[in-house]
Amino acid sequence: MSTNTAYYIPHKAVWPVLATGGLMIMLAGFANYLNGSSIGSGMMLTGFSVFILMLGAWFSLQATESESGMYNHGVGISYRMGMMWFIFSEVMFFAVFFGALWYARNISIPALGEIELTGPGRSTHNTLWPAFEAIWPTNGPGNVGGHFEPMGAFGLPLLNTLLLLTSGVTCTWAHHGLLAKNRQQLIKGLAATVALGFIFVACQALEYHEAYSEMGLTLGSGIYGSTFFMLTGFHGFHVCVGAIILSVVLFRSWKGHFTPENHFAFEAAAWYWHFVDVVWLGLFIFVYLM
Amino acid sequence: MTAVVAEHDDHHDHHDHGPEKGILRWIITTNHKDIGTMYLVFGLIMFFVGGTMALIIRSELFEPGLQFVDPQFFNSMTTMHALVMVFGAVMPAFVGLANWMIPMMIGAPDMALPRMNNMSFWMLVAGVLLLAATLFMEGGAPAGGWTLYPPLVLQTGKALPFAIFSVHMLGISSIMGAINVIATIFNMRAPGMTLMKMPLFVWTWLITAFLLIAIMPVFAGAVTMLLTDRFFDTSFFNAAGGGDPVLYQHIFWFFGHPEVYVMILPTFGVASTIIPVFARKPLFGYASMVYATAAIAFLSFIVWAHHMFTVGLPIAGELYFMYATMLIAIPTGVKVFNWTATMWKGEMTFETPMLFSIAFVVLFTMGGFTGLMMSVAPADFQYHDTYFIVAHFHYTLVPASIFILMASGYYWLPKWTGNMYDERIGRLHFWLSAISVNILFFPQHFLGLAGMPRRIPDYAIQFADWNMVSSIGAFIYGFSQLLFVYIVIDTIRGGTGKATAEVWEDASKHGLEWTVPSPAPYHTFTTPPEIIPTEHV
Repeated sequence: MSTNTAYYIPHKAVWPVLATGGLMIMLAGFANYLNGSSIGSGMMLTGFSVFILMLGAWFSLQATESESGMYNHGVGISYRMGMMWFIFSEVMFFAVFFGALWYARNISIPALGEIELTGPGRSTHNTLWPAFEAIWPTNGPGNVGGHFEPMGAFGLPLLNTLLLLTSGVTCTWAHHGLLAKNRQQLIKGLAATVALGFIFVACQALEYHEAYSEMGLTLGSGIYGSTFFMLTGFHGFHVCVGAIILSVVLFRSWKGHFTPENHFAFEAAAWYWHFVDVVWLGLFIFVYLM
Repeated sequence: MTAVVAEHDDHHDHHDHGPEKGILRWIITTNHKDIGTMYLVFGLIMFFVGGTMALIIRSELFEPGLQFVDPQFFNSMTTMHALVMVFGAVMPAFVGLANWMIPMMIGAPDMALPRMNNMSFWMLVAGVLLLAATLFMEGGAPAGGWTLYPPLVLQTGKALPFAIFSVHMLGISSIMGAINVIATIFNMRAPGMTLMKMPLFVWTWLITAFLLIAIMPVFAGAVTMLLTDRFFDTSFFNAAGGGDPVLYQHIFWFFGHPEVYVMILPTFGVASTIIPVFARKPLFGYASMVYATAAIAFLSFIVWAHHMFTVGLPIAGELYFMYATMLIAIPTGVKVFNWTATMWKGEMTFETPMLFSIAFVVLFTMGGFTGLMMSVAPADFQYHDTYFIVAHFHYTLVPASIFILMASGYYWLPKWTGNMYDERIGRLHFWLSAISVNILFFPQHFLGLAGMPRRIPDYAIQFADWNMVSSIGAFIYGFSQLLFVYIVIDTIRGGTGKATAEVWEDASKHGLEWTVPSPAPYHTFTTPPEIIPTEHV
């Protein structure tokens, strides 16, 4: 049964509204930058710094409150629900890009290649691009972005899969250490997870470098390049965020935070990490292998 | 129990009990009532901003020919009117109601995540500011329709990235608000407040929150692809690169259809809360109302392409989306039946909230039936992109969502302010609204069936008469809403006298919010209330 007895209602804080202001300045700056305005990048950096500083202040306030025992079981449940549904919203965000990939491969490309006799792309095919054949990967009938080589699955991507899967194991190992009050195991496990995460990001950067410099594969390489870079790019961004969150948790573990009963931040970071891991498996199968 | 309560009070001694003084109270507040008030006031202001845009549209359409604005600006007005009303007025107003009422209805001391609650509100303000700023940019505000379809929307000038980032911020705001609602309802109900004892408003908001978390990231993803297509050379919506503009429409409406239910489900919730009080009967079919709401929410995810019947879908798609759409009429019919059955043989009185609610039942049903007409795919080829669809969705939004928002204003104002509003002016507001809204939108059915396209600043001469009628209705409707502003201010300043705790006869049988004093104290239910058995079980 739910209960609200002694639910901790936090006092006011200036950080949420200031962080919002920072985010708004950052996005307005980015928009200005895209429009070619000279103030854009400065605004973007300022806003971003404010945003990060304010988030940092907010989270350290939360950490202090948590360590001083202000949060009871009920508050912990609210936080866990919050994290759970936040991750669900992230799942939906990635679903859009997986959906776009599915749609391109199963609907728009076959239609442009006149595989379906009654498809909506039939007249487009006949009048504009009668020579186009529906094959994957493709940069479309307009050969947008010029010749490119598709990214293979074995090599770096396979290595990356192993890296992330291993990091999932070390993360769980750290959790066991936390529950068993083994501080050393917690810290080692987390450090290994963070390291594996950053190695993954480095490999991804190397892969992008090869794609751009040697394979002719860019964000502009038609629908293949678009889906490839948007999916792996947003995933890589999430890996970075996840690794930063884990680093903060590592720092707090080193400072002696968390008990077997009270370690929401660790759990949230671990859930997020596993989510990022699962998304990668989806990417490895649908973007690289198939 | 006593010990726990004592410990609880201990905690609070370190923190604020009442509101702070000055502007900072509002800026950094974490109190659900303060935040609810800010959402409601913001929603009301945006209602008039969006309404002004609507009146610019109706002025231009008063007569054929181009009189007041150039076509580009006209198209900006239709686009911005929709975006402002959806994201700036209706959604925030319902989030405001959720903030104010959900904790009080379930016996909770506040929302579950109060600091995030504060951030949700300011994200909304920031998002709307970015959107409003586009009105003053080179190339004008977005003018390709609120659906932001490519390739048309990619022709927007400097406004495009601002509009896109505005959508991102509004999305973050909605997701955070929705997460808060879910955590509050699941985690903070008073002991004894089981799920099936919750007021329907709480139920509908719970389901709405799930919709929001599922769809806002989808919209964010769609506009992100617009951004990269325009600025980073991607080909998501470009056929030459192997993409497809129709892909955008699929993604948009996967968001867009549940989105319109985000605006109507809380409407249903408030109607189900108000009608029993003034019919002096328990709500008819409480459980069926809950299941119908869930069914509508589920169906909203599998009907999206009925917005795209004329885009060139395969015949199997047309058939599937036609039949799936028709299914929605069943749970919606259950609801209309239940509201009617609640009123049946009730000892009804017709105070302003009830008048608005009854008008909602009748006029929303009409909007629903025109929706059913358009669900028939072959018939929709005639209705698509005409004023018929404009009439349809305005019937489901204005005399439904907006009327119910007005009803909730009258219903809860005495609880919020501690004063009674002026019933005579309230009823005047109702009758002016109810009559003029029909003068405004009913003729648009005729215009649409006769073939007048939507989003056009000029029209053929045969459409002149009904457009003039519609515009006259628009001005009466728009200006009569000022009465509401007058009533709100008047009530805050004393109204017609002090309100009792219960306000409405026997209301305390219908909801916990009527058991606390009027005005509701700054903190309510810091100790959980005892839940008395409610009537609707």
